Amino acid sequence: MLTVTHFTVLSAILFSLGALAVLIRRNPLIMFMGIELMLNAVNLAFVAFSRFMENMDGQVFVFIVLTVAAAEVAVGLALVVAIFRARDNVDMDEIDLLKG
Amino acid sequence: MSQFLWLIPALPLLGATINLLIGRRLPRAVSCWLAVAAMAAAFGAAVGAFLELLALPSDAQVIHQTLYQWVTVGKFSVDVGFWLDPLSAIMILVVTLVGTLIHIYAVGYMEHETDYARFFTQMNLFAFMMLMLVLADNYLLMFLGWEGVGLCSYLLIGFYYNRDNTAVGTDEKFLSPRSSGTKAFVVTRIGDFGFTLGIILMFWTFGSLSFGEVFHGAETMFQIGAPIITIMTLLMFLGATGKSAQLPLFVWLPDAMAGPTPVSALIHAATMVTAGVYMIGRSHVLYELAPATMAVVAVVGVLTAFIAATIALTQRDLKRVLAYSTVSQLGYMMLAMGIGAFSAGIFHLMTHAFFKALLFLSAGAVMHAMNDMVDMRRLGGLRKILPITFWTFLIGALALAGFPLFSGFFSKDEILSSAFTSGNVALWVVGVVTALLTAFYIFRAVSLTFGGKPRWKVGEVVTVQGAVASELDAHAAKGLHPHEAKWVMTLPLILLALGALFAGFLGMPAVLGENRLARFLEPVFQHETPHVSAELEWLLIGISAAAALVGIFIALRFYRGDAKTPARLAAYYPSLYKLLLNKYWIDQIYDALIARPGRWLANAFWLELDGKIINGIADGLGNAFRGFGNSLRSLQTGYMRGYALAMLIGVVVVIALLVMR
Repeated sequence: MLTVTHFTVLSAILFSLGALAVLIRRNPLIMFMGIELMLNAVNLAFVAFSRFMENMDGQVFVFIVLTVAAAEVAVGLALVVAIFRARDNVDMDEIDLLKG
Repeated sequence: MSQFLWLIPALPLLGATINLLIGRRLPRAVSCWLAVAAMAAAFGAAVGAFLELLALPSDAQVIHQTLYQWVTVGKFSVDVGFWLDPLSAIMILVVTLVGTLIHIYAVGYMEHETDYARFFTQMNLFAFMMLMLVLADNYLLMFLGWEGVGLCSYLLIGFYYNRDNTAVGTDEKFLSPRSSGTKAFVVTRIGDFGFTLGIILMFWTFGSLSFGEVFHGAETMFQIGAPIITIMTLLMFLGATGKSAQLPLFVWLPDAMAGPTPVSALIHAATMVTAGVYMIGRSHVLYELAPATMAVVAVVGVLTAFIAATIALTQRDLKRVLAYSTVSQLGYMMLAMGIGAFSAGIFHLMTHAFFKALLFLSAGAVMHAMNDMVDMRRLGGLRKILPITFWTFLIGALALAGFPLFSGFFSKDEILSSAFTSGNVALWVVGVVTALLTAFYIFRAVSLTFGGKPRWKVGEVVTVQGAVASELDAHAAKGLHPHEAKWVMTLPLILLALGALFAGFLGMPAVLGENRLARFLEPVFQHETPHVSAELEWLLIGISAAAALVGIFIALRFYRGDAKTPARLAAYYPSLYKLLLNKYWIDQIYDALIARPGRWLANAFWLELDGKIINGIADGLGNAFRGFGNSLRSLQTGYMRGYALAMLIGVVVVIALLVMR
């Protein structure tokens, strides 16, 4: 019998993997994937709580998160293209103009 | 007409505004004659107002018009309003009449000047401010005019702002027009400071600044000799010493001669410098309550008259002789105010306006003919060449010297006999001696300028010392070809000469006729003519006349031919001569005692207080924050993943805290 705990733990594992990807990879595309993974981990938690608590609010939130994620990817990829055009390089560690 | 009192100052203001805005684009003649027309119209309005005032019964001779409320703060309320009584009526007539004539003259005098629009703007603005000063119905509005004429004086003294020296054809070095303007402004500012304090004290005492309320309050609330009134009047007198060039603040007036001659005539002889006298006459209710102040005014006045007259004896610059003469004559007016002979003082103010404006304009005609050379050592023999100027200058000189039946004679005699009958014979003695000196120095000027043989050559090029020939304008480069000026300059001279001749008959002494002026001013001053026996009056008149005649006679004898006697006298008393020639070293003393310590103090404040302490605080604050920022900048590594990690750790910590609580 699957309980809400299983879903929560899976969601936490996925979220951590996503965060790890953002933290240790230097390729912005991989970092975006990590961000997507984190967002979808949260979505999973929302849906699970919505199902078990018999409340539709969580599913509404998921739709909002999906929309935001789509917009975020669009903006983010545009930024990556722009940076690439300007610097011929998208290594995140090389982009340090605001270094103090 | 009484509703149109505001027109009198408004017309010159209109002229000034038009010339200010579009004067440079107007043809020269339009711009110049517009200014003249504004003054003439103001004179017409003043005559209209005067006639209306005359028609009123003598116990209610006041036209009062309030235009609008100017300032209202709590209990403090000041209106813009005009107050026409016999005193201000005389002032506006003098200002507008003499002003109109001088404006006409200036059209001719400034014909070679390219900056005519600026000149006439400032002249008309001056007339506006002066009329505000004399027509104001309260002290604050009067102060507005007071400061306004000071501003115009500053602007017009510095009119030739690009010249460094104005002494043409001589080795003398005068203050540059710029510095002269600044000097006039700063020195009169010292007086204005006193005047301001007096006005504040007045408001504090009476709760109002309008003439009616202040005078009524003073008469009902205070006894004669009340200390607060004494302090108030002394402070106001300090303002008068600045504006009317009395000891110890008279030093600015001689240097004010750096301005164009019409300015010297209008502002620094006929009108503005009499503002202090007018102010005291206007406040006579207060001054009569303060006998101590009156004594100070009288003593300062007579000392100024004497000291300025002695300086005038040795000056070589014609305009400066006239300037010291103005200081001296203003001293006479102050003397009259100080002994309570207010109408005599105003009478002298009026006659002086005519004859001193006349003298200055005649001197201007000499300058015009002699390419601006006014050093009397280089003049001479102009009598035949400038006949009209000679005669008008002579009439002015006779009036100034107090030659019998000329205007200055009557007014000076009235002051002197009032001084005698006031019981203080010492004042009278100094006054008579000064009258003798006056007659001497002005006829010295007449002899040196017009008499004798020319000390210049036709065609000689005269310049400011050190000037290069290429800097001369075309007119000056042609050299000296003196000729009488055009009618625009000679007509005002002739009209003013008529004034200098006949204005005195308005105020004849009792034994000769009737003092119409004193009677006209009676509603203001409640003048009680002290009864003197006819014999005494004749005696006093005789002594005044004798002083004038002796002075004239000595001057004409001394300066006939090659003038050996004055040179011998100067050689015989070298220290006295040097003392007078250097104006008692007053400028040097002030420089050492006030100007230099002041400059030192200003430098100290600038370099030490401002430069080190205040600047140090500002720099120190900036440096502290910069250092703080520098020490924190290494936190900004520029590694995006580092920031992400920090955020993540932060979130984890916050959640952990929330969960474990």
